[in-house]
Amino acid sequence: MKQQLNIVVNGESHELFIEPKTLLVQVIREHLGLKGTHQACDSSSCAACTVVIEGKAVKSCSILALQVNGKEVLTVEGLAQATKLHPIQQAFIDNWAFQCGFCTSGQIMATKALLDENLEPTREQIQEQLDGHICRCTGYNMIIEAVQDASKRLKVLKNLELQRDAAMKLPGKAAAQSQKWAQTAKSGKGA
Amino acid sequence: MKAITTDFEYLPATTVEEALELLSQHKDDEYRIIAGGQSLNTAMKHRLIAPEYIIDIKGISDLDYITFDPKEGLQIGACATHRSLEKSPIVREKYPVLCEMEENVASVETRNWGTVVGDLCNADPAVDPAPPLIALDAKMTIVSKDEERTVDAEDFATDFFDTTVQPGEMATKISIPVLPPNTGVFFTKYSQMQGDYALASASVLITLDNKKEICTNARIGLGGVGTTPLRAKLAEAVLIGKKITDEVLAEAAKVASEESSPVSGIEASAEYKKELAGTLVKRVGKIALERAQKA
Repeated sequence: MKQQLNIVVNGESHELFIEPKTLLVQVIREHLGLKGTHQACDSSSCAACTVVIEGKAVKSCSILALQVNGKEVLTVEGLAQATKLHPIQQAFIDNWAFQCGFCTSGQIMATKALLDENLEPTREQIQEQLDGHICRCTGYNMIIEAVQDASKRLKVLKNLELQRDAAMKLPGKAAAQSQKWAQTAKSGKGA
Repeated sequence: MKAITTDFEYLPATTVEEALELLSQHKDDEYRIIAGGQSLNTAMKHRLIAPEYIIDIKGISDLDYITFDPKEGLQIGACATHRSLEKSPIVREKYPVLCEMEENVASVETRNWGTVVGDLCNADPAVDPAPPLIALDAKMTIVSKDEERTVDAEDFATDFFDTTVQPGEMATKISIPVLPPNTGVFFTKYSQMQGDYALASASVLITLDNKKEICTNARIGLGGVGTTPLRAKLAEAVLIGKKITDEVLAEAAKVASEESSPVSGIEASAEYKKELAGTLVKRVGKIALERAQKA
């Protein structure tokens, strides 16, 4: 018998009726058509299916969709803004952190959860976070470098935002400057 | 195994009373309780189990706690995740062995969602938290509609993937007593890949007398070397009342190895695991002793 699932995925609310046996990854891929979340090992061993549930990285192949009823889920599709990639995605590209790319969405979502919690992780903390992610192409160094690069980019953006917010409170010339900063922060060229 | 093929009804509970009511309405062989559900979902995908009802207790916010009291010790609720135990500052301060154990449980994603009590209820003989909980003299609280009872950590699992939890009952918390002075505890596991289930694991607790010479209490928990996690009581007896030297530790390790009764698997033979259990007790015991001397 189908049961009701209310779920917010990438900021959009969905009301679905699903078989209770449906896994979260199936709802994301098949019901919502978001194919960026990948299924590989299906035994909780590879982390390709990682999504972010309320700030925490979780493997979507190992939990029932109904277990996240009423919760917010972020998938890799929720990162880019229109045609502009998220700084983490851009850092993965610029650091050659993938070849075939199959595991990449999982790696990126785990990175997102890590950097949201800790903007300046140590190399050890990055290794710990990505420990469960299996990549058979790149070797892992470039992935770690990509996360370090993403951390720097996000820090620059955060500083720009802070400066902008401070400048907003100033009159005249400073306010004009703040507009400029806002533009820079938006385009992400600060990195 | 991309999907679960058998149907079931999903029943979420938000209070303990509600969960117990749901349990009382169904027969034991029909339902399974989940908190994180990651082990059960995987078992269902592999067609190993097909319950008719799944009772989800993750929504019981009253069971999501980790508290410490200087008299009562540590209490871990049934909905506390592996990750919250690993990252708890008070646990890091008072029972660092539990944080060290958690750091090698599966991966961050699995620890974020999975619960410690749920892991114990899944009752894999190699479950990581069991040996340190046995060494720490932990108790499990089990409740039903009519009563509440506690069992020692070493008696919680009764067989491969089976526990003492009866129809209509659920495990609600782990209680760990305050450690006496001059006590050291350590745990390690040996597995093929980081985060895998252990081929064998061992945890040793050693308490020394006031002069820090004689061992007044010792507790040894073993994982992966039997049908359940084990307490190596005979090996403990070798240590208690003695000044612990390398020879005494080696003797205890030999006895612990004999007490273990592992099963052969694709990764290692029973003989290998038996040998491994002894080696781990020797190594872990040495670190537990150093910690007790520094405590």
